[in-house]
Amino acid sequence: MDCAAGCPSYSSALATVQTIITPDGPELVPVRDLSLIMPILWLRVALGCYTVGLLYALLALTRTSALLSRVALPAMSLGMVFQFVALTEAVLISGQLTLTSVHNSESLLALVVMAAFMIVYFVYRTTSPGIVVFPLVFVLTYVAATTQQPFLEVSPGMRRGWLFVHIAMIFIGYAALFLSFAASLLYLLQERSLKSKKPAAIMLRLPALEVIDQIGYRSLLLGFPFMTLGLIAGSMIAQATYGRLDLLDPKIFLSLLMWAVYMVMVFIRWNAGWRGRRAAYLATGAMIAAIIAWSANYYSTIHRFVQS
Amino acid sequence: MKFQLIGVNHKTAPVEVRERLAIPESRLPEALKHLAAHPGVNEGIILSTCNRVEVLAQTKNGAVDLRAFLRDYFQLNPSDYEPHLYEYREGDAVRHLFRVASSLDSMVVGEPQILGQVKEAYATARAVGAVHSQLDLLLTRAFAVAKRVRTETAVGSSAVSVASVAVELAKKIFGSLQGKHVYLVGAGKMSELAARHLIAHGAESIFVANRTYDRAQQLAARFEGQAILFEQLYETCDRADIVITSTGAPHAIFRREHGELFLARRKNRPMFFIDIAVPRDVDPEMNRLDGIFVYDIDDLQQAVTSHVADRRKEAERAEAIITGEVERFQVRLQTLDVVPTIVSLQDHLETIRQAEIDRVRGRLGPLSPEQELAVEALTRGIISKIMHTPISTLKTAVREAEATTVVDVVRRLFDLHDKSPQEKRLQSRRKDDKKAAQSGGGESGAER
Repeated sequence: MDCAAGCPSYSSALATVQTIITPDGPELVPVRDLSLIMPILWLRVALGCYTVGLLYALLALTRTSALLSRVALPAMSLGMVFQFVALTEAVLISGQLTLTSVHNSESLLALVVMAAFMIVYFVYRTTSPGIVVFPLVFVLTYVAATTQQPFLEVSPGMRRGWLFVHIAMIFIGYAALFLSFAASLLYLLQERSLKSKKPAAIMLRLPALEVIDQIGYRSLLLGFPFMTLGLIAGSMIAQATYGRLDLLDPKIFLSLLMWAVYMVMVFIRWNAGWRGRRAAYLATGAMIAAIIAWSANYYSTIHRFVQS
Repeated sequence: MKFQLIGVNHKTAPVEVRERLAIPESRLPEALKHLAAHPGVNEGIILSTCNRVEVLAQTKNGAVDLRAFLRDYFQLNPSDYEPHLYEYREGDAVRHLFRVASSLDSMVVGEPQILGQVKEAYATARAVGAVHSQLDLLLTRAFAVAKRVRTETAVGSSAVSVASVAVELAKKIFGSLQGKHVYLVGAGKMSELAARHLIAHGAESIFVANRTYDRAQQLAARFEGQAILFEQLYETCDRADIVITSTGAPHAIFRREHGELFLARRKNRPMFFIDIAVPRDVDPEMNRLDGIFVYDIDDLQQAVTSHVADRRKEAERAEAIITGEVERFQVRLQTLDVVPTIVSLQDHLETIRQAEIDRVRGRLGPLSPEQELAVEALTRGIISKIMHTPISTLKTAVREAEATTVVDVVRRLFDLHDKSPQEKRLQSRRKDDKKAAQSGGGESGAER
């Protein structure tokens, strides 16, 4: 495979070693080329920017900081730019679009989540989902920027086009699901503030209840086809690669389970109009399913990140 | 002055207490008569709105037990409401009335309704004769002060009535009010006002249900809405996103089970209940249901705190105006105390002078016109020289707030009690204010 010649990854201590994937497995070699450590540098700058958002999110619940709310959105946008640069550079270095070239999948997921957040921002003009979104983005980026990066093993003969579709779709699905989860938390917050009748400072900045509900419902609805397409693409790849779908593989099994939970959730919300507390339970359930499906990457035999 | 004020408002008493002390319009005249008959009370006015119940009286000695009046009249357990009462006297009572009329003491500072309510209370009290001289003067002044506050500060211009606070809350729930349905239960003035605000912010259709169907139809016609028979209330209510209740029902008309029913029919889309009725129309239990938000009149007050903060600066300016006005009013009242005294003092001396001239004229024999004038000038001169100091003392005493004492002394010294000061005041007020022909002193006695 193309990658075998030297598909780099960047480790925590600002890359004193790089991982080379050989057909026999990963192999650690010292980094010689400065350009190889640039992406992780950019990623850490992005992490710095995201720290502002994290602070904003943590403080938003207790008090209003005019400075932070003014600075948060520009800082997060800047963070996105750096993260994008980090990812692009990694792609350019390896010359591949798929995750094999991306040193860390969490980083890409963080960027997709941020993009989803930005879409919501431009449609609804609210930064409130940031209260939930920013910490996640921070954590994902932190993981990407500081830990040894596992990345997806590309089996020989894998169709790269399909893989790209699979990754993009699934990630958009994850981001939408997470945004929906964030919205349902905001809904609970806003509902509590309205019910308590002592409107705290936060109520003044959170969007209207129905708007939050709409954000949650729409991202849920939009995410569903992406998730479905992503899973279809994934199974196509698996079928093409292994000739069959191993339903008992944890990754495939849990992914299907997550998809089922997702579908049930969409159906209940559409049919019974659940919102508020019950919608939050649904969203939490779907999130847990998604996290489990995600973590199955570490156990699946066919869908693996290579640990460096 | 001898003004006394006692009452409860939205700040000191919860809605449960206020609703028990509220006096409906129909029973107000009787209550006023009761008040006027209370020992020591000269004049009285009662203001009863959903946010306050206040009794203002002009009393003989300024220390009448108005709590006793409340106990007499309401026949309630005093410990239920007495902890919530506030009492003001003299200048403080005047200040409080001015603040109330200027809407500075309102739940929503600057809302315009209260002035109208004070005017109504005044009209009722005048009609039954409970207000005639001093209180009349005080209330007329209060209206002028309210007008000044409204025109000279921004308190009124940013005025948000309870209705517009409700609109903001509705927006917090629904985002845009576009296409939202409003249901009025009870066809009161307040709900009409709230409906008007909601429509102005985009709410679409209005349903009106009222015990008397005619009234519902009238109100519905005004909004091009739909009148609904009261019996069909529960079947139709789930069509509404915002429900404004203001019935005079003694018990809650919306209870938890109704809320559950509505939610099921609405597929859990939220509903907003605005309960401006006292006693409440919506069971507070309803607020526990997911997706139903109930705000009663007390809650609206809390929701409005932020507005108050925004307008604090303007309110401060308004308070300054009121402080000035209270002082002016006090001076004016005391001037009114002084002026009749000066007049009767002058009258008194003039009578003496005339009598003395008449007495000595015989002994002087026929006088030439020049001599006649000289005698006139001499006697007048003596009197005005002597009177100069006392009169200017009386006038300055007004500014030093000791007029009452000085007036008393002067009256006692010169034995001036041909006419009561109150009647004089009434006369001079009529001269001052209305520039109308005055009536005799006997009439005001008859008014009592």
